[in-house]
Amino acid sequence: MKKVSVLLIVTMVFALTTGCSSKTTEQPAENTTNQEAAAQAEDNTLVMYTNAEFPPFEYFEGEKIVGVDVDIANEIAKDMGKELVVEHIDFSSIIPAVLNDKADFGAAGMTITPERQEQVDFSISYVESIQHIISKKDAEILDMEGLKGKKIGVQLGTTGDLAISDAVNLPEGDLYNSGAEVKTYKNALEASQDLLAGRVDAVVIDKLPAEEIVNGNEGLKSVVFGAISEAYGICVKKGNGELLNSINSTLQRLLDEGKIAEFIENHSK
Amino acid sequence: MTKLENFINSFNKTFIVEGRYKLFASGISNTIFIAFFATLMGIAIGLFIALVKTNAKNNRKLFVLDKICSLYVTIIRGTPVVVQLLIMYYVIFVNIDNSILVAILTFGINSGAYVSEIARAGIESVDKGQIEAGMSLGLDRKKTMIYIIFPQALKNILPALGNEFIALLKETSVAGYVPIIDLTKAGDIVRSRTWEPFFPLYSVALFYLVMVVGLTAVQKRLERRLSESDRN
Repeated sequence: MKKVSVLLIVTMVFALTTGCSSKTTEQPAENTTNQEAAAQAEDNTLVMYTNAEFPPFEYFEGEKIVGVDVDIANEIAKDMGKELVVEHIDFSSIIPAVLNDKADFGAAGMTITPERQEQVDFSISYVESIQHIISKKDAEILDMEGLKGKKIGVQLGTTGDLAISDAVNLPEGDLYNSGAEVKTYKNALEASQDLLAGRVDAVVIDKLPAEEIVNGNEGLKSVVFGAISEAYGICVKKGNGELLNSINSTLQRLLDEGKIAEFIENHSK
Repeated sequence: MTKLENFINSFNKTFIVEGRYKLFASGISNTIFIAFFATLMGIAIGLFIALVKTNAKNNRKLFVLDKICSLYVTIIRGTPVVVQLLIMYYVIFVNIDNSILVAILTFGINSGAYVSEIARAGIESVDKGQIEAGMSLGLDRKKTMIYIIFPQALKNILPALGNEFIALLKETSVAGYVPIIDLTKAGDIVRSRTWEPFFPLYSVALFYLVMVVGLTAVQKRLERRLSESDRN
């Protein structure tokens, strides 16, 4: 009897806390946005959250986070007359951080998907994201057909992960019941290490990191994965239209000036 | 939306959509599997080292083995288990394809170092007179150890041992650093799909809590059974 009541209390506390917390996140709450804006005006910083394990978009150079997204964010901050602060975090924690006002925006080579758009607003897309398949040079894995029955490495939460996991796990997916297996890694580099070690047969990841990895490892090749292609955007909290407008106008300017292609060139040596 | 609808919606997204409960189920079973076998391995390694260390004092032949054991305990206790796991997975056992096996080895080797110190303390806590009593009854060293010292030591170390296994179970939550779907990683995967942190994280926490409460109950029972022979 005693044990049952303890369990009941635990469940109730659990239910209550969950109920409350999801309520707070789903309120657009104009006053909080105003407070945020006021706070920002005071300390005059612009906080960007990213996952610096995704070269050339963001990576560590010594202790500093650099990359295409950081260059873009610097331009945004300059246009707004603010100081940029870049924070490194798990990829899957970026959107929660934006929702919690810990970050003003998230920029992490993030693909615009309908599921993500339910939670946050996205800027205009600034890079076409093309997925690549990395495999060993002697392997014949060129498309979805080639991935059947293979062990596939992905980075948790990325476009490649979502697409491949769906293909493997959903009954209508192309790889369903083909014996294919998804392995999720913290970053693309670890996935490709396991590719070299023979623990996975292929890695599905965005084009630019794929090229970086292949450049660094002799025995690997990367091919365009035609089945998936999407676009990158910067995400902000829903209802933060002012910030989104500033981001969009800077992005448009950079796109017009051809600066973004230049940034990518600079960071892909 | 009311609170209840909110709750149901989150529950649905976390557990029902795309059969995500299966992910949690395999996460829980992997966590238990890893923790169980790592525990067995930890006990085996720990007891071995404790025996070496307690016997090395009056047996010069064990000198080298004793030093090796000390080195092992120093290294394992001196480095974080996540780093050990990454080294094991990406460097030492790079030829083992089965990542769960690597995790069991890592956590077992890790736990062994802690168990060895607990077991040593337990053996040393038994009064010296007990050995002398055993010997004077005509038992040899081995038999004294098995029939007189061990049962008493076990009773002394049970609370500390239980603590270690609870810690081990929770420590396996870093297994997701390599491609293993343990309970924490299952929550991470769901979180990366729903973009809603609260429900998956609370669920994961609750599952761990239930497992630990279960372990504690088993430990309590064991302690009670062992204390039946106590005089007071």
